[in-house]
Amino acid sequence: MSNTTPLIEESKDNIVWLDNTLDFVISSAKTLAIPFVGIVVFLILWSAAAQNVKTSLGQFPGPAQVWEQFGSLYSEHQTARQKEAAFYERQEVRNAKRVADDPSYEPKIRAYTGKETFLDQIVTSLVTVMSGFLLAAVIAIPLGIAIGLNKTLNAAVNPIIQIFKPVSPLAWLPLVTILVSALYVTEDPMVAKAFIVSMITVTLCCLWPMVINTSVGVASIDSDLVNVSRVLRLPALKHVQKIVLPASIPMIFTGMRLSLGIAWMVLIAAEMLAQNPGLGKFVWDEFQNGSSNSLSRIMAAVVVIGIIGFLLDRGMLLLQRWLSWDKASATR
Amino acid sequence: MSTILDISHIDMVFPTDKGDFTALKDVSLKIDKGEFVSLIGHSGCGKSTVLNVVAGLYQASRGGVVLNGKEVNEPGPERAVVFQNHSLLPWLSAYQNVELAVKQVFGKQKTKAEMKEWIEYNLHLVHMDHAMHKRPDEISGGMKQRVGIARALAMQPDILLMDEPFGALDALTRAHMQDSLMEIQNELNNTVIMITHDVDEAVLLSDRIVMMTNGPAATIGEILDIDLPRPRNRLALAEDPKYVHLRSEVLTFLYEKQRKVEVIDTRKKTKPQFEKTSEKASSAFSGIESSESSSSETQQKKAG
Repeated sequence: MSNTTPLIEESKDNIVWLDNTLDFVISSAKTLAIPFVGIVVFLILWSAAAQNVKTSLGQFPGPAQVWEQFGSLYSEHQTARQKEAAFYERQEVRNAKRVADDPSYEPKIRAYTGKETFLDQIVTSLVTVMSGFLLAAVIAIPLGIAIGLNKTLNAAVNPIIQIFKPVSPLAWLPLVTILVSALYVTEDPMVAKAFIVSMITVTLCCLWPMVINTSVGVASIDSDLVNVSRVLRLPALKHVQKIVLPASIPMIFTGMRLSLGIAWMVLIAAEMLAQNPGLGKFVWDEFQNGSSNSLSRIMAAVVVIGIIGFLLDRGMLLLQRWLSWDKASATR
Repeated sequence: MSTILDISHIDMVFPTDKGDFTALKDVSLKIDKGEFVSLIGHSGCGKSTVLNVVAGLYQASRGGVVLNGKEVNEPGPERAVVFQNHSLLPWLSAYQNVELAVKQVFGKQKTKAEMKEWIEYNLHLVHMDHAMHKRPDEISGGMKQRVGIARALAMQPDILLMDEPFGALDALTRAHMQDSLMEIQNELNNTVIMITHDVDEAVLLSDRIVMMTNGPAATIGEILDIDLPRPRNRLALAEDPKYVHLRSEVLTFLYEKQRKVEVIDTRKKTKPQFEKTSEKASSAFSGIESSESSSSETQQKKAG
């Protein structure tokens, strides 16, 4: 007896341990495996469907062809970088030689003017979207606060917001293009016109959700908090700074997340038409190019656009968690 | 003692879609320095409206309020308000909430060190030293209300206005808060107007109880002087015949003279409620018991 009891105890312990581990494995499998299965099923359906679609540019690409294009896009990028490095190296050698021959010669470095690679275009798109988005935020948040605080102003501005909100970027673009050409006239432009056109189009489209959410957030501040401010006789500016702004931060962030999503969608269309050298132009150029690889390359761009859009949203959420006092509103 | 606050002939009329609604009619009250006055009445009788007029958050339609010889036209820190649901800024810690008030009121008179000391002193008064750097969502309801009181006290008001300050708290916490408030009152001897719907609370804390008639056009029905000696002890008072008598006076006013007839409730619902409260009047005082019966009252109202 005395020998068997501990054995039974031990095996019981083992069973409990096994049970716990099993639970853990099952629960983590559920959280990881189900999305994974979803993706796999999607890829299978995609490749099955792609095989049955014949286009003027050959068969529609499946996942494998798209994956291949990722590889070639990356190697093209590396080749271009090597070329660029070689170009600058040649210049340096040449300049050194000329200086050695003629000490009064002042060496000049000419910039490399090769074609942008896919990675360069991603960077351009990100810079453009962030510039447009930040410009919109700088306008929308103060405007939203003013509208939220003042009912008369709200009544005056609301119809204008409601009318401009649903306007497609494609409708704004020609106007913006003409206006930028007319107004942005300099000898030595700091930034390309196409960049400014795309940026302003993004701003015009992603302004509205931020204005609306900010103003709703400001207008719906707990009246008790406003009373606290009144009892303390906080001056207007301090009232905004100490009460209004912090109280409406969760709503402002909701608006900013919506706006950033819209900004990213609008950007691709704007870049296509304005020929800003970003992802939109990449898609457009591949479409015009019409080689047998074009569809796979466009599909690769689509995947990248999707992933970047997702990451932008996550980034905004992280920023909200970091800045906002209301952690509960920053969970989704 | 000298009159510090004079509420004279106040009418309050709210314009509504169906025409004007008269909430208050001819309310007059004089309050002495250092006096603790409770306003009691059924819900909807305009107690809060009186307080809001004194605070300056509402403008009276007729009549006016004079504090220290000056007419009240707008809110100000000399009439600090403790709101029912604490109204702390949720993004600031307890200390920062009080600091906001202190900086605004004493920013030009006190040095930084003096302000820090003053904030900590007030948080100490309400026994919140241990949690002064916690944010409102990290502390309990009673603690939030303590910080709300500390914020109001830190403004060093001429008169402290409390709008059902303990109404949202559970019975034990409420009793605790009442004791704390008596202790603070003992030390600072502020002038206080407190709105309450709790009879025991009113009798325990007040120097005078102002009982309001039912609205619309509510006004002051009766004023009861509570001349119980201080400091008061809730356990000792429970057996005190004078206390029991004063308490039943308030109950008689509320449930006989100004019995509230609920529109939705019919005979069935209102009757047991009345019986229950008169039963309560004869029973000995205890914070828990009274809140139990008041919670069952609300349940009945809900059921109705």
